[in-house]
Amino acid sequence: MPLLDIQNLSVAFSTRAGTFRAVDGIDLQVDEGEVVGIVGESGSGKSVTSLAVMGLIPSAGTVIADRMSFAGTDLRTLSRSQRRRITGKDVAMVFQEPMTSLNPCFTVGFQIGESLKVHEGLSGRALRHRTIELLEQVGIPAPESRLSAFPHQLSGGMNQRVMIAIAIACNPRLLIADEPTTALDVTIQKQILDLLVGLQRDRGMALILITHDMGVVAETAHRVVVMYAGQVAETRSATELFERPRHPYTGALLDALPERALGRRRLPTIPGVVPGIADRPQGCLFNPRCPRAQDRCRAERPALLADDAGRARCFYPLNSQSEVTA
Amino acid sequence: MTASQPIVLQADQLRKHYGVARGLFKPQATVRALDGVSFALPAGRTLAVVGESGCGKSTLARAVTLIEPPTDGRLLYDGRDVSGHTAAELKSLRRTVQMVFQNPYGSLNPRKTVGSILAEPLVINTPMGKAERRDRALQMMAKVGLRPDQIDRYPHMFSGGQRQRIAIARALMLNPRVVVADEPVSALDVSIQAQVLNLLMDLQEELELAYLFISHDLSVVRHIADAVMVMYLGRPVEHGPKDVVFSRPRHPYTRILMAATPRVNPELRGERVTPKGELPSPLNPPPGCHFHRRCPHATDRCSAEVPALRDVDGRLVACHYAEQMA
Repeated sequence: MPLLDIQNLSVAFSTRAGTFRAVDGIDLQVDEGEVVGIVGESGSGKSVTSLAVMGLIPSAGTVIADRMSFAGTDLRTLSRSQRRRITGKDVAMVFQEPMTSLNPCFTVGFQIGESLKVHEGLSGRALRHRTIELLEQVGIPAPESRLSAFPHQLSGGMNQRVMIAIAIACNPRLLIADEPTTALDVTIQKQILDLLVGLQRDRGMALILITHDMGVVAETAHRVVVMYAGQVAETRSATELFERPRHPYTGALLDALPERALGRRRLPTIPGVVPGIADRPQGCLFNPRCPRAQDRCRAERPALLADDAGRARCFYPLNSQSEVTA
Repeated sequence: MTASQPIVLQADQLRKHYGVARGLFKPQATVRALDGVSFALPAGRTLAVVGESGCGKSTLARAVTLIEPPTDGRLLYDGRDVSGHTAAELKSLRRTVQMVFQNPYGSLNPRKTVGSILAEPLVINTPMGKAERRDRALQMMAKVGLRPDQIDRYPHMFSGGQRQRIAIARALMLNPRVVVADEPVSALDVSIQAQVLNLLMDLQEELELAYLFISHDLSVVRHIADAVMVMYLGRPVEHGPKDVVFSRPRHPYTRILMAATPRVNPELRGERVTPKGELPSPLNPPPGCHFHRRCPHATDRCSAEVPALRDVDGRLVACHYAEQMA
């Protein structure tokens, strides 16, 4: 049984222009000890999915799912207080901007200690001891002296380490990292990713890594979910996905990377933009931007179909060859 | 770089030092944000400046765009020294260099239409009439791939990629010879990033523009640049033709940056080492080579003696042991 099992999850927001489905019927399974990468462009619904798992969707949003269970517990039927016992303890999250996600009015030590107090009931010397231990684990030098530091006194990389320390404080079974390195320099990015993967390996923790950086996913994830306009476009193992993408969107995203341009001066691009609230097309959501689109794609919405190595939402998937959309 | 192109911009030992107050009774500290940077930029070429936050990239951009005068050193446009000019002469010089900023959400005035954003440089710098300015704005919009009917729209009605097109169009309104692009694609999604990079390359070819391209993304730099300058704490550490620097980096910092850049293709991935430490405080930089505390090859000599920038194997490099780094 997967640790996290989500089937047909939709998150809808009511806006003045009508109801908008930020997440539209996605399935997501994560096994114990697995690293799953979720990639997609802005507006594809990656962050909303993770907030739904955490139970952090604001009241303007509605969460509907056929199944949403964590370690056998049905998350849909839990009361708010029961849910809070899981959130931050068994499922924890690292947010994108360390500088804005930490509270500027409290010390780093206090903010790490908060979840230990609530979930583990620690206090006094035991609390202080555990907090120092956590700062040590995430590689912060001179941890005793950092307890009384405020976030503005630390660098972005150090703050992100503090965020990770808060997230792993109660030994979560699932850690969701939403763009954990986007605001950081490459050398610090590498340090943070190595830290996350090291923690994941040592503790057998499951890790969902949300990012728009294909390189980051390729280097860390076991399995990849590609999202487009609130739906899963494709999912398969990382090696398979980067070697033989099946969905034309995945293929086009990979082709647009300068790394893959291989001496060609002009980069292949994807025409158009991700559809928003007003311009969701008929049929396949990617069809207006797809070079392979046929009449069927414009009329009928494809299901997420299984193939030999994963699943792709496409009637006419790419095979071993990756097509160039010049 | 070929010698056939005339040099439009030359910097000679540029320095920019800032005084920082440390308290009432302490003497001022000096931050050497830019500490001896020299380069020559020919027309129609791209020099990429690479480094982490705090390395002096943005200070360099401010000096080159004549926003702030350098503390020391010379800056020559078309062989003319910019120092010692009157305000009026500086104003006309400023037309030759324009800037594209990182975040197109912050760099465009939300209360102005595209038409007036594009016409504004003309209002200030030319005697053109209103109709003529609108004409020029329309021409420029066509050049960067915006539709004429979009001229009366406001920035919020555009996507991130389109806004960056507007920002590029604005920079080109005065027919500059040099464009300083400060992380122009780092806020954009992969597919949009490819479109903007293609646009920048097309415009460069058409208008013989010289780019000073500031970026931390080495795969983008590798694609767009002709020459690369890697900076660390205000000093250039390696500077040379792109192919030379990327295929055989000689400075340990360049090598670490390259290894830390996440790659999709497993064969391109560098040594799996976690870079250690963070950028030291620019208020109190380490003696000798600024990089020695993070350098895996550092010896006693590195902490005592500042390495000079010297010619090794077709590029300039500031490392005592550059010959051994092969």
